[in-house]
Amino acid sequence: MTELSAHLPQFQHGQLTENFPDNHLCNTNDNSERRRHDNSERRRNDNPESETNGQPQNRAQQVVEQDEEDEELTLKYGAKHVIMLFAPVTLCMVVVVATIKSVSFYTRKDGQLIYTPFTEDTDTVGQRALNSILNAAIMISVIIVMTILLVVLYKYRCYKVIHGWLIISSLLLLFFFSFIYLGEVFKTYNVAMDYITLALMIWNFGVVGMICIHWKGPLRLQQAYLIMISALMALVFIKYLPEWTAWLILAVISVYDLVAVLCPKGPLRMLVETAQERNETLFPALIYSSTMMWLVNMAEEDPEAQRKASKSSTYDKQAAANQIQNEDADMDDGGFNPEWEQQRDSRIGPLESTPESRAAVQALPSNSQASEDPEERGVKLGLGDFIFYSVLVGKASATASGDWNTTLACFVAILIGLCLTLLLLAIFKKALPALPISITFGLVFYFATDNLVQPFMDQLAFHQFYI
Amino acid sequence: MTTAVFIGCSFIAFGPVLALCVCTIAAEPLSLVFLITGGFFWLVSLLLSSLVWFIAVQIGGSNNASVKKNFLIFGVVFSVLLQEVFRFAYYKLLKKANKGLMTVSQEETIPISVRQLSYVSGLGFGIMSGIFSLVNILTDSLGLGSAGIYGDSPQYFLSSAFMTLAIVPLHVFWGIVFFDACEKKKWWAPALVILSHLLVSGLTFLNPQYDGSLVPSYIIMMLMGTWAFFTAGGSLRNLKLCLMCRDKDFLLANQHPR
Repeated sequence: MTELSAHLPQFQHGQLTENFPDNHLCNTNDNSERRRHDNSERRRNDNPESETNGQPQNRAQQVVEQDEEDEELTLKYGAKHVIMLFAPVTLCMVVVVATIKSVSFYTRKDGQLIYTPFTEDTDTVGQRALNSILNAAIMISVIIVMTILLVVLYKYRCYKVIHGWLIISSLLLLFFFSFIYLGEVFKTYNVAMDYITLALMIWNFGVVGMICIHWKGPLRLQQAYLIMISALMALVFIKYLPEWTAWLILAVISVYDLVAVLCPKGPLRMLVETAQERNETLFPALIYSSTMMWLVNMAEEDPEAQRKASKSSTYDKQAAANQIQNEDADMDDGGFNPEWEQQRDSRIGPLESTPESRAAVQALPSNSQASEDPEERGVKLGLGDFIFYSVLVGKASATASGDWNTTLACFVAILIGLCLTLLLLAIFKKALPALPISITFGLVFYFATDNLVQPFMDQLAFHQFYI
Repeated sequence: MTTAVFIGCSFIAFGPVLALCVCTIAAEPLSLVFLITGGFFWLVSLLLSSLVWFIAVQIGGSNNASVKKNFLIFGVVFSVLLQEVFRFAYYKLLKKANKGLMTVSQEETIPISVRQLSYVSGLGFGIMSGIFSLVNILTDSLGLGSAGIYGDSPQYFLSSAFMTLAIVPLHVFWGIVFFDACEKKKWWAPALVILSHLLVSGLTFLNPQYDGSLVPSYIIMMLMGTWAFFTAGGSLRNLKLCLMCRDKDFLLANQHPR
């Protein structure tokens, strides 16, 4: 359910300009070809319609030239974009794996989410398989329902609802989850900490996070916060999803992502098209972006920025609220009674519904990047992708008998999948789901390495043979 | 079995390759992508060879230690051959990709030369090979226990690290020679590469008699290194110029003042 869009810089009239793969625009507009090669406003071409979405429309003659120059730069800049995504994905996975390996809290079984009510501690393998299939089915249907709910809300312009949703999500994520995480880390390393210091730390962390993610902030800080909240979310999934359920959910999610983004009637695609018609962008803060673009946009395009901010916060809120609710069931109530939880439930949805917004945002023509440095636009990747990649690698490191071999194999597989997706993106130049290829590779490599490679390498190491 | 052993062994094994990466790969995103893809190809070859080994062991179905060892030797030989096959496959893929890019962009120059590709792919193979060989051993070295209590060699960790130190550059050299030979259609060279790989792996069967396996491996590494150096266009004159900082091409390429 996440999409990837790459901005390929192009040479235009001897000047480097940015390109927006406003891919969904491509499909709905007869100007699609032109839109694909929108340039930044620095190019002073006469673009009378530039105000429509803050983006200058490309003109035909420029497009033709760009097409030719496009290809020659594809490989070089494509590789740079790949690396721009490798780094944060790697960082997120490293954080998750490091936490899994050191903090035992996240590998301890403390119950399950309410979305996966069937236990996996059954007597027979068949029963376990059945339970995990049911769990996965329930989770996926919740995701689908929430996705459709989001599309409906967006279609009927219930921006305030989405806004509130996102803000509560990110609040819970930035304050509550990080509080739990910090507490567990302190417990692991036996660090004595008083509540006052802790309160100050969490308060600062949370407030700066809210500001960075929903409003303005230094790019690196915003990226760091997005990585951190993705890692926190992935850790919660790793803790509360039982094994077989987790693998099944990963598999089904990638299929759903594929369907939702590429099928004409998929919710994500519908969301994107609606956003296109209204010339809006959605939920920018739910997307990891490697350039300053969003910050600049938010500062300049006020009404849209506010909408964006609200929408992005909705995403986080809902995600956070989800997790919070489930965790509460296991731990102390914390004041959240079931009614409140139900209310929250109705207001917010599972984490997975957001990818559509992400897709939508990415697909939409972004607001002006005029003030930006004409260098690469950079790439955008939805936070859900980060989360599910990290869930796969984290689960591999938590449960595999091959230990580091399996973790590394999954890591390489995911990176290669991402690489391939970006390659496809460069070829097709439309928003693509980033989950299917990587998750497929990751799953294949997990099971193959754990069951086949690990015994082989084990034997080799025992005899000290080298291949 | 301390942190010192862990740090020492990891840097023995991966220090040089880390330096290579930092100096040559880190600045070039394209090289990094090809590096990881090379590692992926090695991983796939390992997967297939362990599949074959697994099936063979299941069919053989014996608990006899020597039979198991024989199966393992068969697995090693098969794995080496499969690695070289995948090296060739990677070469073919890179050629196709380059060709595709050239036709698409109508450019005469390709963004990355075959020589650089051979180096990067060899490095990718070497890194993955080294990591998979050593990482579990390294984590064990952090934990509790003593090596060699039951009569095995107490230098287990150190010898593993040194062996990995030999293997990684060997893969680089094999990659360079292999790709160059494929470019020039000199088919005796890849055969020699395969033979030397089999030889190095075969020598490890002599472990734990490390003088039988480590020393010859290092000798082979030096020989392969010299061969790769001359294949890549190096010569004694180039080397002398480079070491005395008088090589104009090198300096210009790196924009160092002379």
